[in-house]
Amino acid sequence: MTQPATHPAPAAPHTGAGLAVAVHDLTVAYRDKPVLWDVDLEVPPGLLLAVVGPNGAGKSTLLKAILGLVPAAAGQVLIHGEPLARARDRIGYVPQRGSVDWDFPTSALDVVTMGTYRRLGWVRRPGRREREAALSALERVGMAALADRQISQLSGGQQQRVFLARALVQDTDVTFMDEPFQGVDAVTERAIVDLLKDLRARGRTVVVVHHDLQTVPDYFDWVMLLNVRRIASGPVAEVFTEENLRLAYGGRVGFLERKADPTPAPGGRDDPATSHFGRIRP
Amino acid sequence: MSWNDVAAFWSDYTLRTVAAGAAVIGATAGVLGVFAQLRRQSLFGDAVSHAALPGIALVFLLTGSKEPAALVAGAAVTGWLGALCVTGIVRSSRVPADSALGLVLSVFFGVGLMLLTWIQRRPDASQAGLDRFLFGQAATLLTADVATMAVLGGGAVLVLILLWKEFKLLSFDPAFAALLGLPVRRLDILLTGLLVAAVVAGLQAVGVVLMSAMLVAPAAAARQWTDRLAPMAALAALFGAAAGVGGAVASSLTARTPTGPAIVLAATAIVMASLLLAPRRGLLAGVWRRWRRRRDLRLHAVLLDLHALAGQHGDPTAAPHAAAVLRAMAAGGSVRRSLRELADRGWAADAGDDLWTITADGRGEAARFLAAHAADGRPEAAP
Repeated sequence: MTQPATHPAPAAPHTGAGLAVAVHDLTVAYRDKPVLWDVDLEVPPGLLLAVVGPNGAGKSTLLKAILGLVPAAAGQVLIHGEPLARARDRIGYVPQRGSVDWDFPTSALDVVTMGTYRRLGWVRRPGRREREAALSALERVGMAALADRQISQLSGGQQQRVFLARALVQDTDVTFMDEPFQGVDAVTERAIVDLLKDLRARGRTVVVVHHDLQTVPDYFDWVMLLNVRRIASGPVAEVFTEENLRLAYGGRVGFLERKADPTPAPGGRDDPATSHFGRIRP
Repeated sequence: MSWNDVAAFWSDYTLRTVAAGAAVIGATAGVLGVFAQLRRQSLFGDAVSHAALPGIALVFLLTGSKEPAALVAGAAVTGWLGALCVTGIVRSSRVPADSALGLVLSVFFGVGLMLLTWIQRRPDASQAGLDRFLFGQAATLLTADVATMAVLGGGAVLVLILLWKEFKLLSFDPAFAALLGLPVRRLDILLTGLLVAAVVAGLQAVGVVLMSAMLVAPAAAARQWTDRLAPMAALAALFGAAAGVGGAVASSLTARTPTGPAIVLAATAIVMASLLLAPRRGLLAGVWRRWRRRRDLRLHAVLLDLHALAGQHGDPTAAPHAAAVLRAMAAGGSVRRSLRELADRGWAADAGDDLWTITADGRGEAARFLAAHAADGRPEAAP
């Protein structure tokens, strides 16, 4: 097990004032096994945060617990200073691609339209306004031409972009993304990066579960290192250090030696075959 | 069948009642079955329908009534209880869902059969007819029964239509539904309740043993024909109604034939036809697509060989090449047949004496083919 690192006290403890996301003492257990232990996280608004850590570190669980999708044994979550129940209009979500059945009889446009359902309320059907919003979101991720495709007829990267467009339609202050870069092609990766920058430029906050350590400094402002406990979180320049990575990933630090090597990995950044597969896996 | 027969059929009160009842059952079960299938709960309906049997027997034992509404109410209560047991077992133990379904189905059905046997051994004859709930007997349907079904089934479908987008989201992406603040657990219970209503509405006509076929078959058939949810539900309703009417009428016309098996056979015919004939997902369409792709590859292999040979010479189309050379280049297949088919398409020309040339059209096609397949090597092209 990793040692808990000392971390600076939160700027505004327990009130979440001025923070986009404030997590305090969050603990989640599946049966008797703790998956997250006493996790704190403070995310100021308007930045891009990567959550990284080894497999089984609880990254996805952290997202789901913040969003109330898995029950927390203890802890408190505030979104822009408010508990989840009052902040539902302010949170967007891009789940892992594998979490739904893509053979479901529905089109890309229809899935994106689901992002408008909360605004619509009960019973009311999406109308022209909703469909137009969905179409323009699809356009922003370069998918307008495929709006009427059945979703199983899309490639993995295109499916990921459908989920991104759905979060765009939600148009929320904070967006949580669960491994959006997982197994996507170069076109989609660039679309996601552009989107992240666009959201940040408009003052939005994005929390991304990420597993390609190589790209953390390029894509993100802040980083959180997680391994059941929080190892560290803060600006990439301060927190994304070899020591913290060693604490998070234990002995499996083959990545670090390669990171020190100035020559890029074979295939380069844009090669989909090599860009995302963890170089730190045992 | 002459017009007189058709007229006689529609003037026959019993047949009209039976057909109407079966149509209502089939349509309701078809629509609800779509959601059951999409949520991977098709067999859930089987557990519910089997669990309904003890309810029917208990109502009769306690009240001595054979009033359809009372029996259906009893069926709904134990059917619902069975559904709760399945979800309860899955949620609170490590027993997997399919085992929980099997467990609940057999235990409830066993209890139901025991009660039914016990009822039948009693001296008085008042129990006659309860066993029709096993395999269904549409011929015994009265207008009042059909009215009960219509209210139950129509109500269930109405709720489904009202909460269409909520149920769609619940079925596709329950986590996202929860994120939006929808009461996922309660919607889940409601949808299960609608399923129970659809199942118990059909018990008298179809029977507890085969009722789940009315949920599974129309939905499976409908999925073959469309990639959208609303058309799929409409088609499933149509298929369900057609199977219901076909089976019920067939069994009413022949004495003492249980309706359940007849309806299931009709539904099976629809499923088989859909599996075979559907334009995109059908088996025949798949065979046709594979055959065409193989022929295309075979032709293009020879065409590209011709193209390559022509490229080695000065004038592309003038010099003819021996089929033997092409056969030596080819990986397999009948080269001469391919050459004849290429000639039919105007891509190659027969120069006589087993010599062949590529045409200008053929060179165009070869270039197009090469360009198209060079693009395949790249990672996903932008749309």
